[in-house]
Amino acid sequence: MNIHPVPGTSGLSMNEPLLWERSQQGRSGFSLPRRDVPESDLPAELQAPPPDLPDLSELDVVRHYTRLSQWNFGVDTGSYPLGSCTMKYNPKTNEVQAARPGFAQAHPLLPADMTQGILQLMHDLQNHLAEITGLPHVTLQPAAGAHGEYTGMRIFYAYHHQKGRQRRKVLIPDTAHGTNPASAAMCGYQTVPVKSSEQGILTARAVAELMDEDTAGIMVTNPNTLGLFEENIREIARTVHEKGGLVYCDGANFNALMGIVDMAQIGVDVLHLNLHKTFAAPHGGGGPGSGPVCVTPELEPFLPLPRIVKTDSGYTLSEDFPQSIGRLHTFFGNVGVMIKAASYILSLGPDLKRVSQLAVLNANYIKEQLKDSFHLPYDRPCMHECVFSDIWQEKYKVSTLDIAKRLIDFGFHPPTIYFPLVVPGAMMVEPTETESKEDLDRFVQGMRTIANEAEENPQILHDAPSKTKVGRMDETLAARHPCLTG
Amino acid sequence: MRYLPHTDSEIQDMLTVVGADSLNDLFSPIAEDCRRTTPLNLPEPMTEWELDRHMASLAENMGPTQKSMSFLGAGSYDHYIPASLKHLVSRSEFYTAYTPYQPEVSQGTLQAIFEYQSLASRLLGLEISNASMYDGASALAEALLMALRIGKKKSIVALSTAIHPHYRQVVATYLEPMGFSIVELPWGQDGRSDLTDLPREDLAAVAVQSPNFFGCIEDLAACAQAAHSCQALFITAFTEPLAYGLVPSPGSQGADIACGEGQSLGIAQSFGGPGLGMFCSLKKYMRNLPGRLVGQTQDHQGNRGYVLTLATREQHIRREKATSNICSNQGLCATTAAMYLASVGGTGLRELARLNRDKAEYTRQEFLAQGCSLPFSAPGFNEFVIQLPRDAEEVFARCTGQGIVPGLPLGRFYSGLEDHMLICVTETKSKQDLDSLVKEVCS
Repeated sequence: MNIHPVPGTSGLSMNEPLLWERSQQGRSGFSLPRRDVPESDLPAELQAPPPDLPDLSELDVVRHYTRLSQWNFGVDTGSYPLGSCTMKYNPKTNEVQAARPGFAQAHPLLPADMTQGILQLMHDLQNHLAEITGLPHVTLQPAAGAHGEYTGMRIFYAYHHQKGRQRRKVLIPDTAHGTNPASAAMCGYQTVPVKSSEQGILTARAVAELMDEDTAGIMVTNPNTLGLFEENIREIARTVHEKGGLVYCDGANFNALMGIVDMAQIGVDVLHLNLHKTFAAPHGGGGPGSGPVCVTPELEPFLPLPRIVKTDSGYTLSEDFPQSIGRLHTFFGNVGVMIKAASYILSLGPDLKRVSQLAVLNANYIKEQLKDSFHLPYDRPCMHECVFSDIWQEKYKVSTLDIAKRLIDFGFHPPTIYFPLVVPGAMMVEPTETESKEDLDRFVQGMRTIANEAEENPQILHDAPSKTKVGRMDETLAARHPCLTG
Repeated sequence: MRYLPHTDSEIQDMLTVVGADSLNDLFSPIAEDCRRTTPLNLPEPMTEWELDRHMASLAENMGPTQKSMSFLGAGSYDHYIPASLKHLVSRSEFYTAYTPYQPEVSQGTLQAIFEYQSLASRLLGLEISNASMYDGASALAEALLMALRIGKKKSIVALSTAIHPHYRQVVATYLEPMGFSIVELPWGQDGRSDLTDLPREDLAAVAVQSPNFFGCIEDLAACAQAAHSCQALFITAFTEPLAYGLVPSPGSQGADIACGEGQSLGIAQSFGGPGLGMFCSLKKYMRNLPGRLVGQTQDHQGNRGYVLTLATREQHIRREKATSNICSNQGLCATTAAMYLASVGGTGLRELARLNRDKAEYTRQEFLAQGCSLPFSAPGFNEFVIQLPRDAEEVFARCTGQGIVPGLPLGRFYSGLEDHMLICVTETKSKQDLDSLVKEVCS
């Protein structure tokens, strides 16, 4: 018997075919309602053959997805230190709250007097996010972080349009999130890269050299993707504002700053948050997320429609904001995700500051414990995450990919790898505050073991992972001969 | 706090390792003038039980109290959801995972999305599907941007005004800064889009919705022909994919792209989100598709498996030249939709779609018998428009007062249709419910 030194590396791994490979025509897993009306006539040209979908029983479907779930690693499975993704624990009570029939069954076009409960929840959430960020006006409509970035850029566009002269460029540092350039481009802006300094942060000088009156503003990720606070942010903001530009902050890393930094005070005009990161809503294996946007009073008129308005007789939805950028979502965004984040904020209250303190403590602890085993390109106090490189392992022909795959054998989800691009072979580790010291110590032990293995037995790393249902996948084959459906 | 595991002595030990005196000391890189000076002014933390009470009171402050008596559709639909779905999608291996960047530990998510892509493509009759978009409206906006990319120098798109008004508003938001223009197409007397006046030049795409906002099933084959004769791509949008359990799929009628909202497929209405942006196209446009794609491949031992693929289209590789900025999508909702389609099955979906159509048709005829007129003659699915002898808002207010939300007064979106109401009838309504609706509206 193979005994593993770390937990989480063995378990049931049963085979499971594709849905249609277990179909038997005529089966159904659905309780079809009784027919109580006559059949209607339908013109022949409107009748197609039944769709080519598999027929399965309820138990077929239940076993199918149960087995699939067993091949997945989630936060509930084990440590998931995926940098920039803030894979913290997703409290179960939040799921319970979002599933309440009053919320889950609400139609979005019900009149306001029938939706006071959810409108109040959303209005309170906006106020709480305003308090947490320091930016007083909030829209909850963006459905994800990148949708929030887009909203921010769209507000840049509307602001400059209203000023009477559109600008063509947006500055984006090399330590910003990967979605930023694409979000700016979707509003017609050219992106201008800004190099970070040897300290891994932006200097006001680098920004001043590029900032001009044809530049709409800057998109800064703060803390940046190296896990470092942009210490010169106030001066940078001043430089940008002096030229008539705006400052956008990608707040995907806001888990480091709750109760610590006031975003308005440091000169940020627009900020997006990720409710599925900082505010503990689950990521769902890729989504749904939610990316609220917070702005200064000056930019408030541009927020998307509709907006929730509180009046003497209760909450209502209003479209009476003529300068608004318009609508971004069919209805109001991912309300189910908002309920989970609202529940989280109500459960923590002012203790959100402690969340940030412990997130930063955990990241610095990992950084200190691993910096003798892995190269730390920026050896400075970090915020919520730290970035290592594989440069010390290169001589053993071991790469970041090998290290990541070997971590899987040890029962951990790998960190974010090969990002940010400013660090070749990057390993970006974000433990989050919900990991205990024992969990961190186990991760440290696993990483140190891997560093030793790289020296002594690199083959074991090249062959990793060895305990998963499938081995390393042939991604070239997938891209050269795309098979996207079955 | 139960989510924060650190004991005081552990914090002390860790601070020693880090070389900091206190938790505050960890933030030394942040200058004093960047710091917040006041504590967070938020309500005191609630216990789990206080939170239950608070949320219960909000959730109860919602209506209608009798859910069976709402006949609102217009982009969000009330369908039965099997209990099995809720249980399966609540498996935390699915919902607490991130985007499947590490395929060896994400085969569950990846196979589920591959299956979703396959079932979505089959339902819509097209060759490929992406892994999902935010919602129907943003999917349509992205489809139009994709058509404009494919059309290279072209700068015009034509949209039927029988497309959901909110979808058209979102499209306008997305197209404005790019300098593209939108031509609005009218609808004809039968309630279907009228494509006779399509711009002949510079036209990248023609988009219609079917069933359209009035519930009418469009003649997609004729629309496709009209679009293609102007060298434009043909895009079919939808808000109610269940219709394709019965009527010919967009792909079979000549659509190049089919996109829309998949909420009907087993996803709770949740006040409008999260839903599911569906996005399918012909394979030849694969490299122009926005969003993530899951592809089949194998490992070094030849075991079948799945990975995220063709990422060179996406923002993290192509950056400002990406086909879209989308990163997080609606993965769990796509998984739910696949669970739903698998549970209902091809045979079941046909019967379920038929039942939706028949209940709506029964109700339509009852309204006619009661003296309401049916302004649009085109065949429909589970939504239809009635014309009332008085202002629809007045009828709406009276019926909601009686506990029935009768539908959507169309004057809110279309001037000239102030006495029109859009009504949705799905399998969740019994004949008795339908009879009560007709009686209340016509009384």
